[in-house]
Parts: sequence; C-alpha cells; structure tokens
Amino acid sequence: MLKNLRRRVSGTTIAMWVIGAILLIVVIVGTVRTLLIGKYTGADWTDLIVYGISQGSIYALIALGYTMVYGILRMINFAHGDIFMAGAFIGYFVASYFDQTGFLEQNLVLSLIFVTLVAAFTAAAMAVVLERIAYRPLRRAPRLVPLITAIGASFFIEYAFLGLFGSGIKGYPEPEALKGRVSIFGVEILKTQLIVIVAAVVMLIALWYFVQRTKMGKAIQAVSEDKDAAALMGINVDRSIMITFLVGGALAGAAGVLYALLFRQVYFFMGFFPGLKAFTAAVLGGIGNIAGAMVGGLFLGIAESLFPNLVLDGLGIPAPYQLKDALAFFLLVLVLIFRPTGILGERLATKKA
Amino acid sequence: MKSASKFSWMTPVTTGLIGGVVALFLSLVGIVEASLGRYVITGILSMGQVFLLAVYAIFAVQAAQKATPEHGEKAPVYRTLACAAIAGLMISIVLALLVVVGEQIDLRGVFIHATPVLYDLLTFGLGVPQGIFVLLGFGLLMGILFGVLVLLPKALRKSIGVGLIAVPVLSVTYSALFAGRGLQLPVAIAVFVISAVAIFLWDRFEKPIRTRSQALPSGQQRTMRLGVWVLAGLFVLALPLLGSYPSEVLVITGIFVLMGLGLNIVVGYAGLLDLGYVAFFAIGAYVMAIFTSPEITWFPIHTSFWVALPFAVLTAMLAGAILGIPVLNMRGDYLAIVTLGFGEIIRLVALSDWLKPLIGGSNGITQIPKPTTFGLAFDNPQKLYYIVVIGCVIAAFIATRLKYSRLGRNWMAIREDEDVAQAMGIDLVRNKLLAFATGAALSGLAGAIFASKLTSIYPHSFNLLVSINVLAVIIVGGLGSIPGVIIGAVALVGLPELLREFAEYRLLVYGAVLVFMMLRRPEGLLPEARRKLELHEMSPDVAE
Repeated sequence: MLKNLRRRVSGTTIAMWVIGAILLIVVIVGTVRTLLIGKYTGADWTDLIVYGISQGSIYALIALGYTMVYGILRMINFAHGDIFMAGAFIGYFVASYFDQTGFLEQNLVLSLIFVTLVAAFTAAAMAVVLERIAYRPLRRAPRLVPLITAIGASFFIEYAFLGLFGSGIKGYPEPEALKGRVSIFGVEILKTQLIVIVAAVVMLIALWYFVQRTKMGKAIQAVSEDKDAAALMGINVDRSIMITFLVGGALAGAAGVLYALLFRQVYFFMGFFPGLKAFTAAVLGGIGNIAGAMVGGLFLGIAESLFPNLVLDGLGIPAPYQLKDALAFFLLVLVLIFRPTGILGERLATKKA
Repeated sequence: MKSASKFSWMTPVTTGLIGGVVALFLSLVGIVEASLGRYVITGILSMGQVFLLAVYAIFAVQAAQKATPEHGEKAPVYRTLACAAIAGLMISIVLALLVVVGEQIDLRGVFIHATPVLYDLLTFGLGVPQGIFVLLGFGLLMGILFGVLVLLPKALRKSIGVGLIAVPVLSVTYSALFAGRGLQLPVAIAVFVISAVAIFLWDRFEKPIRTRSQALPSGQQRTMRLGVWVLAGLFVLALPLLGSYPSEVLVITGIFVLMGLGLNIVVGYAGLLDLGYVAFFAIGAYVMAIFTSPEITWFPIHTSFWVALPFAVLTAMLAGAILGIPVLNMRGDYLAIVTLGFGEIIRLVALSDWLKPLIGGSNGITQIPKPTTFGLAFDNPQKLYYIVVIGCVIAAFIATRLKYSRLGRNWMAIREDEDVAQAMGIDLVRNKLLAFATGAALSGLAGAIFASKLTSIYPHSFNLLVSINVLAVIIVGGLGSIPGVIIGAVALVGLPELLREFAEYRLLVYGAVLVFMMLRRPEGLLPEARRKLELHEMSPDVAE
C-alpha cells in the first residue's frame, strides 16, 4: 500500500524536492554573500553562537517535556509552554520577594537554587493536575480530542495568569553579581548565559540518569514502548504517565527561571513562542527521543540566532531579526515535510500520528 | 465499582471544596469584580454576584445529587439537605479564608484583583468579624435552598431552574443591547414567573402539539415548515433595526459564522485540524486592501469592492491548495502544528520590514473603501450586515450541498479512516486539497468583508487567536453541524462582543469551554447525528 501511495503522490513529491533544492540554493547564496560582505566580525559570530547555545539549552529543557509526553501518550501537550510560563512567574514572585528582603544579594547561589526549585515544583504540580483533570479522561478518545483539550488548556492557563497576576511585563530582579561577562577559553560570555548553560547541562544529565538508570525511568520507557504490555509486566501505567508529566513539568518550570534570567522579564503570553519552538526542537530531534530533544533544542537555538544574520542579511532583507520566529516555524515545516523522523528519530509524523 | 454504592460524608466536603476553589478562582481572576457594574436586577444584584451564586448553585446541587450514591438506595431527605448545606458551607469557608488572609496580608502584590472591593462584596459590606459569619450563614442557606430544589418533583424543579437562568440571561441581553442598567425588581420577578410557567406548560403540552402537527397532511406540513423558514428569514433581516451598535456586533458575528462554516468543512467534514486558518482570512483581507486602497501605488489596478471580491476569494482558495500540498501526508496533530506554523509565518512576514514597501508592514493598509452598489454605499453596520448575511447564506448553502454530495461523503470517509478511504478508491490528494481550498475560499471571503468593514487592516488583527476563536466556535456548536456554527458564533463571538467588560476574559472562557466540551460533550451543542454516534459508541470510557 505504501508503494502505491508513493506512486500516486510522486508528482507532489517531485515538486517538494524542487522546492527543497531552491531553498538550499537560497540559503547558500545568502550565506556566501553575507560572508563576502563581511559586515560582522568574528566576535559577533561567537556572540551569536553563545547566545544560540544558551537559548537552545532552554529550548532543550522544554522540548524534553514535549518529547516524553509524546513518547508515552502520542499526544502533543500544547499547554506545555504555559507550564514553562507558570514556572517563570512563580520564580519571579519568589525572586522579587528575596530581592526585597535583600536575601538575593547576600546569598545569590542559595536563593537562585531555591527560586528554581520552587518554580520547578509548582510547574510540576500544575502539569500533574492538568494531566489528571484534562488528559486522563480522554486517553481512549479519538486523537484530535486530547489535542483540542490541550489547546483549550493552554489558553485557559495563559489567560488565567493574565487575570490573576495582571497583563504587565514584570521585570526580574537583577543581582549585581550576575552582571557583566566572564572569559572562558578566550570567549567572552555573559554570566547569565554561562549559568543557563551550566544549569541546563546539569539538569539534562540528571534526566538522562533518571530515565536510563532508575526503575521509574525504565518503567516510563516501557510504557512508551507498549502500554498494555507494560501493564501486564506489573507497571503502574497511570503512575508512569503522571511521573512523566511531573518530570516534564519540573524541567519546564526550571527552564522558565533560566529564561527569565536571560531575558529578565515575565508576562502571561511568554510561554507561547518558546513552547512552539521547543516543540519544533523536539520534532527536529525526532519526537519521542530524549537525546533528540536535547540535540534539536541546541540546533534550533543556534540556527535561530545565526540564520537571520547569516542568510537573510546576505539576501538583502531589511531588519532580518524580525523574521527570527518565522524562521523557526519555517524550519519546523521543512523538517516535517522532508524529514519527519527528525535528526535522530523514527518515522512518526505519518505513521503513528 | 463497589465503593460507589456506599455513601461517605467526605463526598459533599470535597465537592464543596472544589466549588470553593472555583469561586476563589473566579474572584481572584477578576471576573467577579469586572462584572460588578453590570446589574442583573437594578441596584440589587450584579452579574458578579450572579457568578458566585451560580457556583453555589452548581456545587450544592451536585453535592445533593451525590447524597444518593450510584446504584445505592435513595438518600433520606435529611441527608440530601445536609450534603447540599455542607457543600455551600465549604464554598463560603474557602471565600472567608480569602477575606481573613487578605485582611492580614496585602495580597495585591501578587493577585491584582484581591482588592478591598472584592472583600467588601464577599462580606456583604459588613467588615471582617460580622461579614464572615454572614458569609458562612449565607453559604449554609444557599446550600439548603438548592438542596430543597433538588428534592422538588422534576417538573417543578425544571421550571424553577429555567426561571432562575432566564432572569440573568434576559437582563444581560437587554442591558447589553440597549445600554440599560438591568431589570427592575418587579420586572425580574415577572420574567422569572413567566419563564417558569412557560416552560412548565411547554413540558406539559409539547407532546400533544407535536403529534397533532405530525398528523397534518404533508402539504400542510410543508407550508408550516415554509412559514417557519420565512419567519426566521424575516427575523434575521429585521435584526439591524436594533440599532447601530448591535448591528456592528452582528456583522462581526456574521464574519465568524462565515469563517466557521469554512473551517467546518476542513475540520468537521474532512477531519483535517487546521490551526492556521487565519492565514486565509488575512490573505482575503490583504488582497481586498491591495485591490481597492488608493494607498497601494505599486499595484496597477484600483477597483471597487465587488470587483476585488472574487480575486480575494480566488487568491485565498489558491493559497489553501498550495499550503495544503506539503501537509498532504501528515495526519492529526502534526497537521495542526504545521498549519499553525504557516499561519504564524504569514503574520510575521506581513509584520516585518521586508514586505513593508508592498503591504505596509506593521502600519498595515488603510483607506480601504466600503462597498457600493449602484451608488448605494454600504457605509454603516446596518447595511454591511446584509452583505454578511448574503455571504453566510451562500456559504451555508454550499456547505449543506457539499455535505451530502459525493465529495462530502469522500471527506467523511477520509475523516474516519484515511487508509480505508484510499483503499476504497478515494483520491486523497484531490479530496484533501479540495477541502483546504473550499475552506480557505470561505475564509478569504470573510477576510475581504472584514477588510472593507474596518477600512484599514494591520497584521496584528490576524494572529493565532482568531484561528482558536473559530475553532472554539465550531467545536461548541458541534463539528460538522451547520446550525451549530451559528449557535457557536452567537454564543462565543456575539455575546462577549456585547459584554465588553469581559473582553479580557474571553480567551479564558474559550479555553475553559474547549476543555469542558471535550471532556463532557465532544459532539457540541447541536451535534451532527453521525458524529454523536461515533463519539459515544467508540469510547465507553469517556461516557462513563
């Protein structure tokens, strides 16, 4: 049947490859022209790359939640970006309280850890509640039903936060010690970026350990593989799914604090774009694949910070940074069309999806 | 489940606590306070209070019903009342806690709506010690009252319930349409009594009337149905008489009906969840603007609304087919995300400086003329309304005819199972592209009307929220159902448009509605018969 399908859509397939080739040529032309013009110096490029890595490691943290939930439930948890936003918000309240009492300046490391923990805990609790109320009753429903529920939940959370905490952009406190740059291997990077990268790496390693080495992690893997067989092996499926949401939510909450550390502002809609981009990252890496989410996140972060200057600038498009978000979505569309498996994944977009 | 047949006194406590959390949420999120100015009964009862009362009502009734456990014997009267009272009390306790805590610590640094106004409302303006006791007593009283309601015979219960709902609904509709200040107390009582009696009588005489009308000869039946249609048509045509502002709202509602009918074809018929639907709306609007606005100097043609309209529709249709090609092989949720990506790409590109010389970037395009026919200008909402109505009628006609055509049945087959449909010889590529194109065309039509209604368009008007809005409309109405689209648009677009103070909460409500509908009534308010069957037959777990 698949062969038949291939024969039938061959016309469109060819058209798509032509489009792909054109895009590739455009990218190459843009890059070459930018490099020839030489508008940006080497330091500019390293800045962009470091920025991309720090941004990308946040995407990776959020993407893990998407990927794990997709792996286990085959659903896109559209509200995941808002869990991330919730983490950033809670972190903001704790951090600004610490800032008022002066604790933030005196005990920077301790308070940062505490802020992150509180944010991660709240976000995890929210994710679990969301799963319990909105997703669990729909496990056997037709596929679109949970997705629509998730979209609804996403908007509900966003606008609940708007109502509860106001629509204004809230500025994160910025401790003195975090201002400025440090030099690592001769590369000058912002202190906040360094913290974000280090924290993300620590969390990714912890997650890897949890999934690969602990009993619960293995149970989650088993449930993603086959729910019924896992249940027969005595694994509590409901609990595994709950833990998945818990871990994903905690990572997203922590990512929220890190994001706020980089950009120093929180508002109710902040989860939307990072959420979508993290989903893109998950798809890029191959959805359902944990290592893929990490790779995809980094790739997307770097691509997003480099591409506008590298490619679009060379094509003579004014103010290319405005198209940063459009570029990320474009990448998502391209990946889903040309390589739905992602960088490291099995083919899901057409088969199981 | 064996445990379900046993009664536990914890059940009403939990029910009440959940109700308390809901009431707390409504208070803190600001809905209660925002609607304090909207009187249901002039000077006595505001919409904000009605919201809180509704929470008491819903959860007290639920607790009272749970007093009789499933499969268990009927609960004694005292237990039903006690359960309802406990639930009411729990709600009050949660709210009282908020007031007590709020008086001690200033919560406003975090919750912006935890204001003295709210505390005043919750304590009936009596201040902390006395007000708290009154609040608790009030909770008990409300619980008992609604417990009594549950114990009443069914016919009586229904008419009182309908009467209670009719008062705020009528009052709010009245005051929203005519900028009124709610109903006077005697009027409100009259509304309650009349609607309660009416529903009581209707229940009693519905059956005889129905059997009698069915017994009529078929010719007479047809005349009767025709008469109903003519009356409905006249009603629709007479609506602009309400005035300029209601017509404005009607035009917006109509635009959403148009989009809903289009998206209904894509999502409801063919089962392709398209979240980038706003893109075609934007394309329709921009084509209209480029063709008609004198601001656009690079485009050689400047023409009128009616000439530009077909181009707007055709361009949107073409765009629908083109954007459909890359997603042909995708299913379900991936399709949703990719189309969402398309929608955002189009908006972001329109917003950027890149295309600014062509379509104005963030400044948009202004000076789009209003439609004129034979010297008659459609320059106010009352007149524009008729254009929208014509569009909606055409769209509804197309949608109905398509539904039962060969194409429509192909779409349904694709929706049910793509592989099987293909095996039956249905051309997936052709049928899917046709679905995308038809849906996009209707959206483009809506966009074109939208552009000339506003006379100026900006990329900001075409964000994802519009797509979500349309999706909510068709889901609430019932996927695949045409009357459902109209009901959904009236409920989700018209009503909030009238109640401006809720603008901020509109998407909050949409989100809640989407989740609630999916959990409780996935087939929508006015479901299509076939889909209802599917949803309830396939998933016994959901029905439980």
